[in-house]
Amino acid sequence: MQRFHFSRKQLCIPYGLFLALFVVIPMLLILFYAFTKETDGNLSFSFSNFIGFFTSRAKLSTLLMSITIAIISTALCLLIAYPIAYILARSSFRKKNVLLMIFILPMWINFVLRITALRELLDLIGLLESQNYLNTLIGMVYDFLPFMILPLYTTLEKIDKSYLEAAADLGGNKFTVFTKVTFPLSMPGVISGITMVFMPSMTNYVVSDTLSNFNITILGKLIDEYFTTYDNWHMGSMISIILLLIIFLTMLATGGFKDNEKEARGTNLW
Amino acid sequence: MAELKKEEKIIEIVNVSKIFDETAAVQDISFYVRKGEFITFLGPSGCGKTTTLRMIAGFDIPTSGKILLGGKDITNLPPNRRPVNTVFQRYALFPHYNIYDNIAFGLKLKKIPVTYRNDKDETYTKMQKLTRKEIDEKVRAALAVVDLEGFEKRSVSTLSGGQQQRVAIARAIVNEPEILLLDEPLGALDLKMRKEMQIELKEMHRKLGITFIYVTHDQEEALTMSDTIVVMKDGRIQQIGTPTSIYNEPANAFVADFIGDSNILNGTMVAKYTVRFCNKNFKCVDDYEKNEKVDVVVRPEDIVMTDPDKGMLKGRVVSVVFKGVHYEITAMVGRSEMVIQSTQSRNVGDIIGMDIEPDNIHIMKKEFTVNQYDGYITKKNTVVFGDGEFDCDVTTLYPGSHLDEEGYLITADGEKIDLTDVDVTVEVGLEDIEISDNADEGGARGHIVQLIYKGDHYQYIVRTEENEEDYVFDIPDLWNENDYVSIKIKPENIHMRLKQEIK
Repeated sequence: MQRFHFSRKQLCIPYGLFLALFVVIPMLLILFYAFTKETDGNLSFSFSNFIGFFTSRAKLSTLLMSITIAIISTALCLLIAYPIAYILARSSFRKKNVLLMIFILPMWINFVLRITALRELLDLIGLLESQNYLNTLIGMVYDFLPFMILPLYTTLEKIDKSYLEAAADLGGNKFTVFTKVTFPLSMPGVISGITMVFMPSMTNYVVSDTLSNFNITILGKLIDEYFTTYDNWHMGSMISIILLLIIFLTMLATGGFKDNEKEARGTNLW
Repeated sequence: MAELKKEEKIIEIVNVSKIFDETAAVQDISFYVRKGEFITFLGPSGCGKTTTLRMIAGFDIPTSGKILLGGKDITNLPPNRRPVNTVFQRYALFPHYNIYDNIAFGLKLKKIPVTYRNDKDETYTKMQKLTRKEIDEKVRAALAVVDLEGFEKRSVSTLSGGQQQRVAIARAIVNEPEILLLDEPLGALDLKMRKEMQIELKEMHRKLGITFIYVTHDQEEALTMSDTIVVMKDGRIQQIGTPTSIYNEPANAFVADFIGDSNILNGTMVAKYTVRFCNKNFKCVDDYEKNEKVDVVVRPEDIVMTDPDKGMLKGRVVSVVFKGVHYEITAMVGRSEMVIQSTQSRNVGDIIGMDIEPDNIHIMKKEFTVNQYDGYITKKNTVVFGDGEFDCDVTTLYPGSHLDEEGYLITADGEKIDLTDVDVTVEVGLEDIEISDNADEGGARGHIVQLIYKGDHYQYIVRTEENEEDYVFDIPDLWNENDYVSIKIKPENIHMRLKQEIK
């Protein structure tokens, strides 16, 4: 009797099935819905959703709002996270892992709970009623900061100290060492951090809804509305595709796809 | 004259110590480097050589002491303000720059004084950055020095280890430093490449005329390249000297052992210019006090093989290894091992005689802290050393072992070992020896040949009759010289080490 044993190919089957069921088929379905329309119960191929999106003033302004919020919150996260990550990575403090943990800890608490708590806090200091825009940004930054700190810290910590010593040895003062060596070498972390924060802050409408009293609509919210409130899966799918394209383009622009060793050292961390 | 000498010194290290987390990496070292010299810090890992280099570069600040550069105190100056450049152990070439930008890194930051003449014919000086053209010329010249012309646009990761090494050197020398620091720069290269680079570095040193401070653990590298070698161990300087003087006149047993191959033997001065080791007296050229315990160092190439009965020492060949130019012959003289290098071969088992010229017997004062003997284990699980036989605990040779009822040793893994006739090194502390006038009470017998009063106790030397083995020990009681006594040592105070693993 021939013994049955797994080959490498066979071990791949479960993953193949998983990919097909949860990635490929859903993607095809979204594509299908995005480029079809329904008239009297008949489905037909159509660009009307695409055209509809880019001719609707309301949808375009939502897109603009999403991008603005995402860019500002990403920039704020980077500005706040970089010094923290830098100090943590450079400090010889023995318990720095504990410090890092404190910054990362909020990630482990349910985010709806965190946002609700933040809402109460904003209410308490009187911002909730008036500052929709600011509140949404505060919420996004609060929510996504750990996702910026972690990749930055990991890259900064991995930078071989001898590069910094070499730069100082060659005459660089602390500022030059940072701008010419530390920062360029931490780029993989910066890119990872940006990708980690930019994408979700375009779609995380729980934050915008809760903290702006439904006054700020971002793309994620729009998709939700088309699928649930208006029951228009075609437009919902189209917005998803557009979002996907935006994300793809940002990745392309930040070089997150470069994976040949010499261009992106340490490449993308996520 | 003294003034002139002082001018020669480019760098001076004065009583420098460096303590990291309560462990001293460097302890109170002082030396100076002459301008234009190729000086090497040599020592095993953890000896403090790299820390010393890093303090000169400015990456580490001494805990105490001073570093003077051309007479100026630079102890606390940051690295970017020191006229020194470093070639790092793993090169530390910036991965995000190409070769050109790596080499130009220092030049782009550099400012040099430029003298101008204005309309009124007054001259004034301004600190100015180098122009693009000047940088270009310097980078090209540096690349030419390291034989890498045309590599400007290449990225670091496309270079081999040897090429990266050269770029690292070019990046340092392009800044025309007063001192070039090299931290084990050839450590990552293969043997052939290393030999080539050694010659090239030496050549570069000659051409550039700048001071090289080199760190290595490779004694051959140090001997090949250096003008001066600083041998270090445990954060302290053991010896400073030219390669020749360090090789021929090692200051202590450590240096002798570390530089080249050596036979290091326990010896005792028995008379003026006479040292006793391997149970024979030898004429020598060093004079130490009588009865002083010394390390005797004999280089393997200094032992001349003779007919068995004509030599000063007689031994049995236990191994012969062909090393290309010579044979390395190991012979046992009694229970001591002698390594001999000779162009003639012998067969294993041959009895040979050995001669050593008085000139070639190097004697070093020994800090005497413990009695050391060559010994062996008997059938009865006692140990024989120093002309005596003592009870001992053989299970200490193997942690976790025990003896079975037949007297065989059973190791922690359950392996059965017959220890009969196994060679061991025996150590007995100075405080662990007692004497008795009952000759049968102890394991060995001898006469007291020396006693010294040391404040609250006496230090005695008891010498046996047969092979003139010495027992040195401290006890408070007073005995008389020439008393015939027996030596008592408690089994737990006999510390034994296997000379080699038992198969």
